[in-house]
Amino acid sequence: MERIETANTEALRRMLAADPVLVDVVPAADAIPSLKERMILHAGPPIEWDRMCGPMRGAVTGIAVFEGWAPDLETAAEMAADGAFEFHPNHHFDAVGPMTGMTTLSQPLMVVENQAFGNRAYCAVNEGLGKVMRFGGNDAEVLDRLRWIRDVLGPAMGKALRSTDGVELKSLVARGLTMGDEMHQRNVACSGLTLRALAAAMAATAEDTRALSTALAFMAGNDQFFLNIAMAMGKAIMDPVRDIDASSVVTAMCRNGTDFGIRVSGTGDTWFTAPVEMPEGLYFPGFTEADANPDMGDSTIVETIGLGGFAMGASPAVAGFVGAGAASDAANFTRTMGEITLGENPEWTIPALDYLGVPTAIDIRLVVETGLVPTINTGIAHREPGVGQVGAGVVRAPMACFTAALRALAEKVGVA
Amino acid sequence: MSDIPNPYATPLGDLLDRPPAVIKVGLEGFSDELRQQDVECVHVDWAPPAGGDPELARLLSKLGS
Repeated sequence: MERIETANTEALRRMLAADPVLVDVVPAADAIPSLKERMILHAGPPIEWDRMCGPMRGAVTGIAVFEGWAPDLETAAEMAADGAFEFHPNHHFDAVGPMTGMTTLSQPLMVVENQAFGNRAYCAVNEGLGKVMRFGGNDAEVLDRLRWIRDVLGPAMGKALRSTDGVELKSLVARGLTMGDEMHQRNVACSGLTLRALAAAMAATAEDTRALSTALAFMAGNDQFFLNIAMAMGKAIMDPVRDIDASSVVTAMCRNGTDFGIRVSGTGDTWFTAPVEMPEGLYFPGFTEADANPDMGDSTIVETIGLGGFAMGASPAVAGFVGAGAASDAANFTRTMGEITLGENPEWTIPALDYLGVPTAIDIRLVVETGLVPTINTGIAHREPGVGQVGAGVVRAPMACFTAALRALAEKVGVA
Repeated sequence: MSDIPNPYATPLGDLLDRPPAVIKVGLEGFSDELRQQDVECVHVDWAPPAGGDPELARLLSKLGS
């Protein structure tokens, strides 16, 4: 249908024309003025307390204590069950969050500006691995780290970024791909490149050298530090692609630990949801799949722009880490995702695949026709609140999201 | 007229006189069976559009896929 082809050409053009730049770190209340007390943004499509999984509930109670809305976790859980908190998806507020994806008033948010289109997107700062709030952790250690990010790291990064022209992300990601990152479960290279880009400005704007040292050490010691930047970048790239009449391109994929949801450009902001699937992967010592929670987080925005599982061919090391088979299998993941996308990104290429560009712009028609669903590299959270990350793996988007979206698009363009 | 080859007269009788080389489309199990018998076989991964769901196939056709 010519109307759809024209729309999709424009969608792909907007994705490839994006110019994402990390420009600031600011309190969420400044970035998202409509945020208010007792309002919690979460990962995935809309969900209320009664349907939330264990780690999501753990994060909600933890963030309520962090924000001073509840004196302890037990009271916070009672308040949540009584409807004391207002829940909304990050995606409804130009934001994204990994795993549980908690976004509230006082957290610092990294700001990525798409300078080709003028829109901004936000994501909180990555807390590191293990027992952290994004995996449902909520004890004193977790909350103390969040306070330090709020009071020390976030302001230091913001001050440094405001003293520069920001960090251009398109070229940084291009280099990361050549250094073995896929930007979802492997961010070693891009985290290092980010530190290199920011360290001098952070030193130049620092007033307390001890605090500066701690901040730089935290960034240097967190291999996944760049993930949250990549996510804000993904959101900033995809938002201008929303609402193109008749386009069948996916503009968001995300999960809340209960449901997987997608949005499609030609059907506006409607969520198409289905029960989320369980990742298949490898577990940290002492844990098994019996401990695992179903898939969770807004981080699938990186697959939506052609990275993560779509760029597995750039990152043979990650194939082993997520239990996806031999290193040589990594290329097959990328080639398979090429079957359900409209084009390749000529600026994000994979040397080991003869500089093939990452598969870009998921077309729901191709997903339904081929039966091939997006492959996602993901972390695995413990199913109980308060424990944290227990492994990493691969999960597939549920086909039911795509068939529902296809029916809705057919209705919208008048061929149902 | 006798110079025009008759396609229906193409001899197939010798098809099995030598080891066959097979291109197999669809279910992979048949390819496995042939390989177990040392028959050269290339498998083509193919499935009907939309897994054979007639309603979705109809929509895909109208949506230009």
